[in-house]
Amino acid sequence: MGHRQPLGRGAIKGANVIAEIQIKNIAKHFGDYQALNNINLTIDDQEFMVLLGASGCGKSTLLRIIAGLETADEGEVWIGGRRIDHLSPKDRGIAMVFQNYAVFPHLTVFENIGFGLRMQKLANEVVTRRVERTAELMHIEQLLKRYSGELSGGQRQRVAVARALAMEPDVILMDEPLSNLDALLRMEMRAELKGVLAQSKTTTIYVTHDQVEAMSMADRISVMHEGRIVQATTPVEVYRNPAERFVASFIGNPPMNFIPAAAQGNGKWKVAGQMFDGPNTDIKSLEFAIRPEDIAPAKIGLTVTVKVIEPLGPHLLVTCDIAGALFRAVLDSDLKINPGETITLAPQPDRIRWFNRQSTKAVV
Amino acid sequence: MSARYLPYILIFPVTLFLCLFFLYPFVLVAQQAFTTGAGFTLENFHDVTGHWKFPISLKNTLYLAAAVVPVQLALALLMATMVNGMGKGRDLVLYIWTIPLGISDLAAGIIWLAIFEQSGFLNSMMSGLGVIDRPANLMNYQNPGLIFLAIALAEIWRATAIMLVILVAGIGLIPKEYYEAAEVFGASPWKRFLRITLPLLRPSLSTALVLRVILAFEIFAVVQALGGTLFPVLMGETYKYQFELLNGGGAAAIALIILGISIAFTLLIMRLLRVPKGATI
Amino acid sequence: MTIASPEVSADTRKSGRYVYIASVILLCAWVIVPLYFLLINTLSSPEAVNSFPKSFVPDFDLGSLTFFANFAGMLSALKNSILVAGLTMIMSITIGAPAGYALSRFDFPGKGLFRFLILLTRAFPLPLLALPLAVMFIRTGLDDSIFGLALVHTTLAIPFAVLITFSLFSGIPIELEEAAWTLGCNRLTAFQKVILPLVLPGITASAIFAFVISWNEVFAAAVLTIENRTLTAFLLQNLDTSPLHLKFAGGFILVVPALIFIFAVRKYLFAMWGIANR
Repeated sequence: MGHRQPLGRGAIKGANVIAEIQIKNIAKHFGDYQALNNINLTIDDQEFMVLLGASGCGKSTLLRIIAGLETADEGEVWIGGRRIDHLSPKDRGIAMVFQNYAVFPHLTVFENIGFGLRMQKLANEVVTRRVERTAELMHIEQLLKRYSGELSGGQRQRVAVARALAMEPDVILMDEPLSNLDALLRMEMRAELKGVLAQSKTTTIYVTHDQVEAMSMADRISVMHEGRIVQATTPVEVYRNPAERFVASFIGNPPMNFIPAAAQGNGKWKVAGQMFDGPNTDIKSLEFAIRPEDIAPAKIGLTVTVKVIEPLGPHLLVTCDIAGALFRAVLDSDLKINPGETITLAPQPDRIRWFNRQSTKAVV
Repeated sequence: MSARYLPYILIFPVTLFLCLFFLYPFVLVAQQAFTTGAGFTLENFHDVTGHWKFPISLKNTLYLAAAVVPVQLALALLMATMVNGMGKGRDLVLYIWTIPLGISDLAAGIIWLAIFEQSGFLNSMMSGLGVIDRPANLMNYQNPGLIFLAIALAEIWRATAIMLVILVAGIGLIPKEYYEAAEVFGASPWKRFLRITLPLLRPSLSTALVLRVILAFEIFAVVQALGGTLFPVLMGETYKYQFELLNGGGAAAIALIILGISIAFTLLIMRLLRVPKGATI
Repeated sequence: MTIASPEVSADTRKSGRYVYIASVILLCAWVIVPLYFLLINTLSSPEAVNSFPKSFVPDFDLGSLTFFANFAGMLSALKNSILVAGLTMIMSITIGAPAGYALSRFDFPGKGLFRFLILLTRAFPLPLLALPLAVMFIRTGLDDSIFGLALVHTTLAIPFAVLITFSLFSGIPIELEEAAWTLGCNRLTAFQKVILPLVLPGITASAIFAFVISWNEVFAAAVLTIENRTLTAFLLQNLDTSPLHLKFAGGFILVVPALIFIFAVRKYLFAMWGIANR
């Protein structure tokens, strides 16, 4: 274990350490199963990066490789211009928050938050000062003498975050930290975490399967699917301009509608009997895609048969049938329609997206 | 030190230990059983099985196992289900029921000797009730049935606890929802026991039975304390060959016979109580 | 399903409840009464033990126990028993616990084989090992020694030590250890600071279990010791010749630690077997 060079420990983050993370050509197998496939990603200093994907997409494995809890088969991880993939977790300048909190049950909240500081053999006063400051930040200063068994899930979550922040790390890694909380608490913690992390100016990688969480917190989202990063960009961009059909179908609730389109030449496409302007390519067939909320009733448009109407308060979620396929629209709740009716719906032209049916990539 | 080698470093001591004191001795025992000084022979086996006491001790051992293990299984299942539905007092009752777990077979034999010996509590009670006027010598060759009963009772008393512990742990692993679902579908408590507890308990039942059956074939000290030479069993014969007859080959041969019976029964139990792949909890 | 009238079903339920309570008490008595008889015999004078009919209350005479203590070789046998059991306890835990940890934390080629080896020991009548080992020990000078017997008892206790510690370590989420690593610990310090404090009570329980296994073992002890008899071996050897009050006092001394030990480990008994089953 010879040489260690703790990086930025104790330094005030944002003052002099530039904690840019570079992930180069990372690959990982579990037996025959390819968990990660040639991952390349750069996360800027102080950026809040969310890894988003369904379970089993490799997002947690990638996070654990960055943390040093898992070893990659190939590739490199760099933090702040220093290669770290051969170092043990303690020497990487990272702190981590775990899904089930991992608050040590045999230690008080104070000793939990101060655990990492004690391992650095810091003086008692320094530990006390930093523990108290972080506890205040996370609003748990009244819990310092308690044990984990006496805390609620939300309080344990706060202890886990405080323990990571107290380290003043270069990078904070969070593995689905809010997924064990109930819906209301999750919303509250989401906003609070975002505030605290922005204030601490720490580079953050945050793993979640919850797209709302990803959208609301991230500077950038990396959407992962089957062991690779499909798209890495801002939340709005991911939503508006999905790079692949998977991203389009995974993000957004209700999901995007897809209808086959046949080329009519000169950038004209026939979609369910209706003509639309689209990309001018040699490809004979594409997929037409539109989000349910970008559809409105009109005189001319796609003719659909209403099957189910679900009132959601401000809107109606209307599930229709179009040429044997499902088609969803989010419509105004004042609209008077009944199941079985045939109506005409027009997509908002600038929100229409096109995907290649073979490669599933977006076509512009 | 790489993490790749760490697990091997950690299991090395146990592996070494078991090779040295478990696998190697068994090779030696086999060697000893099949040799008399000049090459491979079955002479030791002929010797011991030809002895007039061998059929008796084999019969005694098997009969004891056949009498004791089923009773223990039934009793342990009964106790485990009783404890399962218990509210307060569960810890105390479980403690009392598991006390025999820590008691050696020798001590158990001595404890039951206190009851069955001539001036013991059974005679005292019977004379107190006026059934007999003089203490009868119960544990002699005229009462082989009584000796058998005393040994069986002592074994049931002592070794039901280990089955109980395994079964209670096993029942604890069965999710409560299954019982609730069965109850909703109208299953009576008896049906629930038959259709849910028993099938889902198969792994625990198999562990408990294997452990108990093997220990039943090793029965020794209880017998020594209660029956002495009046009731020969296989393990006692092994001891006698080793020490009284100073015939190591004979002792090894009987040891291998016990081993053979144990393995046969282990395989049989595991086969009977096998859980199909994918049908585990 | 038939629908019984409320009173009938309430009545049967009540009587069922009485049957249930009565059976629980009966089964408790089944365990305790024989122990009580042993206690009476131990706390009676040798004369009372050999007299007839027996009293069903002890006369609190320490005569039998004094006789036991003064019987030649008995106290040294007691000492030997404690030493062997203590050694067994230490060896089986220090050797077994690392393997239990490895089984709970790592996936490695050969893991299945190793588990099979451990489980194999359970399918074999282990005390029989004493026979060839007796020969082996004479060659190595371990015969009739405390250490030699402790080695055999450790072989008996090790499968349990491995499986019990395996279940203990498995009960501790790996995240706790990983959290410690990210907070500045290496494997060793994380084990010291986080895992050890959490498993220590369980480890103690399994150590006690190993102690009891050795303390109670009769056959190997009788085969492997001649001069340095343990208590069980000594009692066995003198079963034919020793008077009743000596047997009962000896039996009592054998039982007492068992009572205390089972009480000490009662919390872990079922958790230990829960995983050890698989």
